[in-house]
Amino acid sequence: MTKPENEWTWKEIPVGNVVLEPGNASQYRTGDWKSLKPVLKKELCIHCGLCYIFCPDMAYNLDQESYFIADLFYCKGCGICAKECPTGAISMVVEEEAK
Amino acid sequence: MGKRVGMEVSIAAAEAVKQAGVDVISAYPITPQTHIVEHLSELVANGEMDAEFFCVESEHSALSVCVGSEATGARSFTCTSSQGLALMSEITYIASGLRLPIVMILSNRTLSAPLSIWNDHSDAMSIRDCGWIQFFTENGQEVYDHVFISYRLAEDRDVLLPVIINMDGFTLSHVIEPFEMIEQEKIDQFLPPYQPLYSLHPDHPITMGAFALPGIFAETKKVQEVAMWSSMPKILETWKAFGDMTGRYYKPIETYRAEDAETLLVTMGSFGETASVAVDMMRKEGRSVGLVKIRLWRPFPFDEFKRASLGAKRMVVIDRAVSVGGPGGPVASELRSALYGTDNRPTIYNFVAGISGRDVTPSDYIKMVDKAETEIEEGNKEGYEIYGVRE
Repeated sequence: MTKPENEWTWKEIPVGNVVLEPGNASQYRTGDWKSLKPVLKKELCIHCGLCYIFCPDMAYNLDQESYFIADLFYCKGCGICAKECPTGAISMVVEEEAK
Repeated sequence: MGKRVGMEVSIAAAEAVKQAGVDVISAYPITPQTHIVEHLSELVANGEMDAEFFCVESEHSALSVCVGSEATGARSFTCTSSQGLALMSEITYIASGLRLPIVMILSNRTLSAPLSIWNDHSDAMSIRDCGWIQFFTENGQEVYDHVFISYRLAEDRDVLLPVIINMDGFTLSHVIEPFEMIEQEKIDQFLPPYQPLYSLHPDHPITMGAFALPGIFAETKKVQEVAMWSSMPKILETWKAFGDMTGRYYKPIETYRAEDAETLLVTMGSFGETASVAVDMMRKEGRSVGLVKIRLWRPFPFDEFKRASLGAKRMVVIDRAVSVGGPGGPVASELRSALYGTDNRPTIYNFVAGISGRDVTPSDYIKMVDKAETEIEEGNKEGYEIYGVRE
């Protein structure tokens, strides 16, 4: 959507609530669902990419140093990456405690 | 004038679907709707009708197919009864929420239990609030006519709502009536090809049926409600255009010998014709009785109904469904709401009659009017009973 949904008036909504703009799910912040967030210990990371492969929300992206980093705008905090990481490099941390 | 023929109402309804140029039919047979589906499947199989006929495994799928086909811009039709409607009820709300102008004929039949194949309005009342425009027809010609009226109305860019044409099972569906068939050229003029506002196509990707968070759901329901009320002038306009074409003019509320009547019988559906015979009999005896017939159930024509009730002292409202634990039948409670707050409103006495196809003859109407007049005279202002129950 071109603006947050809680700013739409009823007169602006397309007939049948049709979504006319393809791919606008990318604007939806699923990141605010999480209570735990993944934190990567870079010294343990072997760049295998399993976190990237298993992430159900495709939240992981490769950064410039070739580390896979979760985009917290999308990450729901499910913990699958931490579970699958073969070296235990990812730990799930309560969001507000993480620095 | 069109050709006049004798035909079973269900067959005529199917012929209307053919004449309306429907692209997709998806239905599952259930008594008493069966003859409509059977005839349509014959028409398609014989190549007399250029449409896709989907043989589905349930009514839930029947309406789901219509939702899908209508979303691609195909004019779609389904029909059902009773348990079939109960099974498709989930999708009725989806079709209206997505604003898909599907047309359904509901051959009204009692909801089980006990199991019954006969006619009343308990099925229609179970989805009263599903957001479809809802007509109740009185005879076969009305059913036939309303197929064209419904598609033109539903597909109007200012409406875009699905429509249910209620017709009483057996009482209408299985009787042979004289029909004035409309010439195809006239129908093609009255009902232009469907031009969907939005449709699913790979070249123009859109999403239908996305979920809505609480932050926007209330706004979408407001849009739907406004659309339903805005359809009222369009309904009147469509009926007017149809009347200009055929000479048959329809109104949301019909009255019969009601102008000066002290007591008004109120009916919905096929009961209107029998009740008018009873009114004639009572008028002959010098009694001040008239008849009000409700043709448009959703959106409910409050103004027309209030006008029709002006001057009456009593209303004897005949319901065809029980609202167990509720304030009487659904029609009567609607009418009480409609009149609450108006001055000199008539006292409403409510009968539930003719449930599960039990016959209601002219003499039954006279007995109900007698009973209501006596009870109201004795001070019973909130009268309600299921008529004719053996004590």
